[in-house]
Amino acid sequence: MLLRSPRFAAEPAPPFELKGSLFTLTVLHLFQLDRVAIERHLAWKVKQAPSFFNNTPVVIDLEDLAEPPHKPDEMDFNGLYELLRGHGMAPVGVRNGSPELQAVARQAGLPLLPDNRSTGATRKPERSELAPIRSRIVNHPVRSGQQVYAPDGDLIVLGTVSAGAEVIADGNIHIYGALRGRALAGVKGDVETRIFCQSLEAELISIAGRYRISEQINLDPAERGKAMQVHLVDDRLVIDHLAR
Amino acid sequence: MWDGNLATVIVVTSGKGGVGKTTTSASFATGLAQRGYRTVVIDFDVGLRNLDLIMGCERRVVYDFINIINGEANLNQALIRDKRVENLHVLPASQTRDKEALTKEGVERVLNELRQNFEYIVCDSPAGIERGALMALYFADEALVVTNPEVSSVRDSDRILGILASRSRRAEQGEAPVKEHLVLARYAPERADRGDMLSVEDVLEILGIPLLGVIPESSTVLQSSNAGVPVILEDGSDAGAAYGDLVDRFLGKNLPHRFITTQKKGFLKRLFGGG
Ligand SMILES: Nc1ncnc2c1ncn2[C@@H]1O[C@H](COP(=O)(O)OP(=O)(O)O)[C@@H](O)[C@H]1O
Ligand SMILES: [Mg+2]
Repeated sequence: MLLRSPRFAAEPAPPFELKGSLFTLTVLHLFQLDRVAIERHLAWKVKQAPSFFNNTPVVIDLEDLAEPPHKPDEMDFNGLYELLRGHGMAPVGVRNGSPELQAVARQAGLPLLPDNRSTGATRKPERSELAPIRSRIVNHPVRSGQQVYAPDGDLIVLGTVSAGAEVIADGNIHIYGALRGRALAGVKGDVETRIFCQSLEAELISIAGRYRISEQINLDPAERGKAMQVHLVDDRLVIDHLAR
Repeated sequence: MWDGNLATVIVVTSGKGGVGKTTTSASFATGLAQRGYRTVVIDFDVGLRNLDLIMGCERRVVYDFINIINGEANLNQALIRDKRVENLHVLPASQTRDKEALTKEGVERVLNELRQNFEYIVCDSPAGIERGALMALYFADEALVVTNPEVSSVRDSDRILGILASRSRRAEQGEAPVKEHLVLARYAPERADRGDMLSVEDVLEILGIPLLGVIPESSTVLQSSNAGVPVILEDGSDAGAAYGDLVDRFLGKNLPHRFITTQKKGFLKRLFGGG
């Protein structure tokens, strides 16, 4: 009878659903707690790439904090939160740090995010010497709305990667055409990986989690149509001409 | 004897609406029929029904595409024979029924039956990347991708090209890919020269598929659609002449592109071959 009652018979669809999803987030590695220094550096960063700091979600990593406060509750997460918000960042949680520090962060509304070591950028993943590295070859252009991923190896695209398209590889990415969309190499954290393309007009380039968006790439228009490579030098993305 | 299996299914598609798909479908199908090929043009835009207006046969619609799919009428009852051009038939869309009626099985059945009687089957796609558009392109052997010289239109065409390459029947079955042709419609050379619009060269660089035709922006298009005459039949219309060239090129003639005057050096050579 219960199920027949109009209330249940006409039950509407549930108002929401929970699903797991993966995100690439910016991590802010906090080295010190000097508010003035943080603010000054933030202002400088925002000036470099204003559009990047547009409600950008960030995770605050506490691992490299040189001198954590002696008493964890001296840590002013609320102040830090306001500071970051004020510069166009939206802190979503913290990572690493002592359990005490994490507890204080939680009280300030910043949950603990798991430290996903497999994406740690500075570590080189181990690769069995015997396992062959597989490449994925794409024989056609990658068009807007398409995404291609090469797990465990290199991605080779025989054509253009359009604006609005995304190519991803655990290894290197080779594009025999223009790169106009997004290219993410070494997504499992291999800092030795590179991106090669015949013309760099990308919306985003990333190696092992370090990334730049189009306006941070800032290539001289005269460089259009020239073969380029992107790689990491001392943990910074570097764009070079490909030597002939 | 002509073998029904040699029928070619051509989708006219774009992603974006209002770029000239229906205008192109009508003139392209008319041009093929004028040149002696048995041609049918199908309106996949269920709910809007435009093609029959532009073809000037809206008063003769009794049954439609969905009726055939649902088995409520047979093809002979629904096909409208064009009064001006021999060999040309129109299969109109339904104005009232919902798009869910366009099932893959149903569309395939109708296309297979049409293959027995026609050499060219032209599918006028609705805008977007929803069911109607996906059904219109799914069985295609070739595609006319209609683009206007503006960034958003080109981006949508790029997306449709990706779908053709990954979600068409040919892609799913691992057959030879759908043959792609670019139709650059509503082109105004002066505006491209001024930089208000993308140039032919810009669009070709982004999409990277062969250019089948450039149709100039022309007031004769609206006039002829209002009169229910495909613009290709309009003597003295520049757009009509461009569609004529486009059909000839599709059938293998090597014709230079007209209506694209531009000053850029080296560009003409690239476009007209030799490079
Ligand atoms: N070459 C052209 N010059 C001027 N107007 C055009 C041209 N091609 C199409 N149009 C106009 O654009 C509008 C949309 O065309 P239509 O063929 O219905 O586009 P779609 O089928 O892609 O939505 C119509 O009003 C049509 O008259
Ligand atoms: Mg239309």
